[in-house]
Amino acid sequence: MEAGSPSSPRNRLAVAGARATTQAKLRDQPRGDVVRNAVFAGLLLLAVTIALAGLLALIFQALAKGSSAFGPDLVNNPPSTAFPDKAGYRPAIIGSLQLIAGVLLFILPVGVGAALYLEEYADKSRWWNTVIEVNIQNLAAVPSIIYGILGLAFIVRGPLDLGFILVAGSLTLALLVLPMVIIASREALRAVPDSIRQGSLALGATQWQTIRRQVLPAAIPGIATGVILAVSRAVGETAPLLLVGATVFVTFDPTPFGTDGYSAMPVQIFNYALRPQEEFQALAAAGIILMLVVLLAMNSFAIWLRNRYEQRW
Amino acid sequence: MGPETTIATEPAGGPPRRLQAQSKRYGERLIKWLLAFCALLSVLTTTAIILSLIGPTVGFFEIVPGTEFFFTFDWTPQFEPPSFGVLGVVAGTVNVVIWSMLVAIPLGLATAVYLSEYASPRVRKTIKPILEVLTGIPTVAIGFFAVSFILPEIIVPLWPGGFLGGADGKPFMALAASLGIALMVVPIIASLSDDAMRAVPRGLHDGAYALGATRVKVATRVIFPAALSGIVASVVLAISRAVGETMIVLLAAGNTPNPTLNPVESVQVMTSYIATTATGDIATGSIDYKSVFAVGAVLFVMTLIMNVVSIRLVRRYREVY
Repeated sequence: MEAGSPSSPRNRLAVAGARATTQAKLRDQPRGDVVRNAVFAGLLLLAVTIALAGLLALIFQALAKGSSAFGPDLVNNPPSTAFPDKAGYRPAIIGSLQLIAGVLLFILPVGVGAALYLEEYADKSRWWNTVIEVNIQNLAAVPSIIYGILGLAFIVRGPLDLGFILVAGSLTLALLVLPMVIIASREALRAVPDSIRQGSLALGATQWQTIRRQVLPAAIPGIATGVILAVSRAVGETAPLLLVGATVFVTFDPTPFGTDGYSAMPVQIFNYALRPQEEFQALAAAGIILMLVVLLAMNSFAIWLRNRYEQRW
Repeated sequence: MGPETTIATEPAGGPPRRLQAQSKRYGERLIKWLLAFCALLSVLTTTAIILSLIGPTVGFFEIVPGTEFFFTFDWTPQFEPPSFGVLGVVAGTVNVVIWSMLVAIPLGLATAVYLSEYASPRVRKTIKPILEVLTGIPTVAIGFFAVSFILPEIIVPLWPGGFLGGADGKPFMALAASLGIALMVVPIIASLSDDAMRAVPRGLHDGAYALGATRVKVATRVIFPAALSGIVASVVLAISRAVGETMIVLLAAGNTPNPTLNPVESVQVMTSYIATTATGDIATGSIDYKSVFAVGAVLFVMTLIMNVVSIRLVRRYREVY
């Protein structure tokens, strides 16, 4: 064995010596540092525990409080002040489903279309495209109650003048979550490598053919994630609906254009939560559980979808 | 589309071919314009928001002097004569936001440092998605939790009393809403700050360790300052969310205009005034109706400034690394 080779006895000895020295040095940390490290790590762990515990406590408290109200009445019966033990969420559930159907009808074409324009067509050096981009980022952070004001002044009254109907609520919610869909869809489109586009164009496909047959299919998991998260936000949103006419004592099944009023899950929960009687408090908690089950399932699916398809290229 | 764009040399056996498409592709152009219109809708939304706020707000200031609105603390629209000092409800918002941030910023940042510097990849892969899923809890659920659990079970037994006054027997208070809002924004701060800290180049991190720095020092003196603009952006965004939050405050903070920073008092904030006043039966054109838009305009401008700051900061840290 040559003296210079990595596994020669001399080299092995030298490596072992160096390792021992380094370890001895590291073990020799001042006591203060060791304590400080431990305290800091402990504090961090405590913070994480508090944050997670608070959110889990929310779920368990609603379960404990709402258990007495669970039963077929909860989804089959309309709200009632006279018989709180028989009251339920039927019109609210139907209203929420219709609201969401409307939101989807609006955000799917418009959200994906806007993202396609910004990613595939827009010339980034033009000022108007920068304006659109910054504007969407801002819209995503505008408080939801402002969208309620917009809905009241622009959709219910004012230029569109739809009146207090379910479609007006649906449109308001759709405008509220539209920026989320656009931002998520853009990220999904950006993740599709350019070689796919160039390959398709080189084979003679037009730009739209390239988008429709290559880019969009590749971006679908990311777009779906964005759309699901947006819908789940729309399901739980309460404040804007209070302004655009979601009333709380709808005892019949609402219709999209009916002028007699409509209701939605979170608005009904809010109303029950405001009443001090035990039965209504239990109803509110049960409604929260109902909504959380749906929303957390949707969000988990969306995040799983995103993480599953994150690094395909 | 002139003849000069034809290929001069004939390909084997075929007629000369033009490089341009054979038709003008009106369909393709139509699609482009349709998609551009979709993108334009977002600008129209902003314009509509601003227009719908401006009209009634201008009408409001024709009746109520600006000095009264911006510089006095009496918010009593239902009294006769009414008084419109917006600082009365702005103070409520500040009260709720300050106390919520005192709780949420340390918790959120500690969670972020833990996730990016301490947690093993496996722990991180579990906790981060949980936090993200929990971001989707509707605020009406958090508000209910704040008023029916946090207030009676946590604040009342633990509140020390003292010069701020006792907490017993109060059905609503700003602090309950603050803690509810903290619960809402901790995942936002944690998730965004974690992203910012992980965007710090690995070299800075490894270099600090190679120089013998301890874990605490790497986390607090190297990674944290390097990610500062992203962290500040996440905090600013959280504040903007807290300012615009409606349901938690509506359920937990009561609804009495009360210009105080005392956390155990019941307060009315900007959003809860809007939500309780602008319900279906409000008469268009009345002073109450206009006051909703004036308060909405103040809220919009406040959150807009914070959002612009936050977006700028995020841009900056993206450009550096």
